[in-house]
Amino acid sequence: MKLLEIKELLEAEVVSGEDNLDMEVNLGCAADLMSDILAYGKPDSILLTGLMNLQVINTANISDIKAICFVRGKKPDENIIKAARNNNLIVLLTNLPMFETCGRLYKKGLKGLGYLGLDM
Amino acid sequence: MDNIRKTTKIQELTYELKIKDVMSKNVETVSSKMPVSSLRDILYKKRISGIPIVNDDKLVGIISIEDFITCLEHGEMDALIEDKMTKNIQSLYADELLVHAVIKFEKYGFGRFPVISRKDKKLVGIITKSDIIKGVLKKLETAYLDEEERRYRASHIFNDVVADELFFKFQYFVEGKNFDKAGEAATGLKKTLYRLGLSPEIVRRTAISTYEAEINIVAFTKGGQIIAYLEPHQIKIVITDKGPGIPDIKKAMKPGFSTAPGWVRELGFGAGMGLPNIKKFADKMTLRSKVEKGTHLEIIIKLSDYRKED
Repeated sequence: MKLLEIKELLEAEVVSGEDNLDMEVNLGCAADLMSDILAYGKPDSILLTGLMNLQVINTANISDIKAICFVRGKKPDENIIKAARNNNLIVLLTNLPMFETCGRLYKKGLKGLGYLGLDM
Repeated sequence: MDNIRKTTKIQELTYELKIKDVMSKNVETVSSKMPVSSLRDILYKKRISGIPIVNDDKLVGIISIEDFITCLEHGEMDALIEDKMTKNIQSLYADELLVHAVIKFEKYGFGRFPVISRKDKKLVGIITKSDIIKGVLKKLETAYLDEEERRYRASHIFNDVVADELFFKFQYFVEGKNFDKAGEAATGLKKTLYRLGLSPEIVRRTAISTYEAEINIVAFTKGGQIIAYLEPHQIKIVITDKGPGIPDIKKAMKPGFSTAPGWVRELGFGAGMGLPNIKKFADKMTLRSKVEKGTHLEIIIKLSDYRKED
């Protein structure tokens, strides 16, 4: 799914990576626990989170995640936007709550991680 | 993890480059009819550790600084080089693949090999381990500059390199309790490994394990350090701190067990998944800890099945 489509579906604001909205992500993952993203996140996906700090940017960067959408109207500070830009991450902000955010994207065909299995 | 590439970029390069591409061409040579004492000036002034012995353009032996010292100890400075040199020489052809040099260095443990031309067996150069490193890095740099997405200068690689030879060592200091800087070591290491051409899957697994370990140093200790060793067959990451240590390692390894304070949890960590995550992404993980003394964590990520041949 193109990020431009995601932006429109979520009525989101773009604060980093405005020029790259024609990029595609192949799945979405939603979590506030960064260790779960590190464990199960997939490259070229979009991370949906209600957590707002620099470690979200680091986690996405480390996990090769392309885009982040902060939900529930959270606003990033300058440092976070700067770090995202430095790492070529696309950052969206939506006022929607998490469930609604996931639901809108899933309904339009964005896939999740599927069944994770118990490989821990 | 089915998509792990079988070779790393560096290993690939040793199959792409030829020995003549990386060897030193201006070789100091000496005739075998000269006395051992004549080596003194060359060894000292040129700061080299071994000299090929050549008579009428033909390579007849090699003499090392160790041979010279032995002669010095025994008062044999007037002896002829031909009586003291190594005659049974291992040499390499200029048109051989670089990987053959790598294998020969491992096999014989010599510091250098003379390089001869296949056609007339004349000496054309000499190769050391540092010639290999320099050659590979230069090639990486060229390949890198060719890349469209050149956000960093490839020469930056050299800033992180502490040791030379066939190993790279990258060292990072991590401050305790400073969450603003947490992640700098892991993201720095990730960029460096990526620029060195390792496969994305290997880089990602290394980065995630390092990041979780780094978060642990920040969350629980007064500070520590992360040292990553890039070796021919694996990446070894050694993470150490000076305490407080882990009282019960078995418990700490259990997914969901955590002693993290609230401020760590607020940042999206501290749910007891750090160590289990490291275990998940590492090929091998060793954890030792002493209460009040500190913790020593070692993570191994295997690069690939190293190709054995010759």
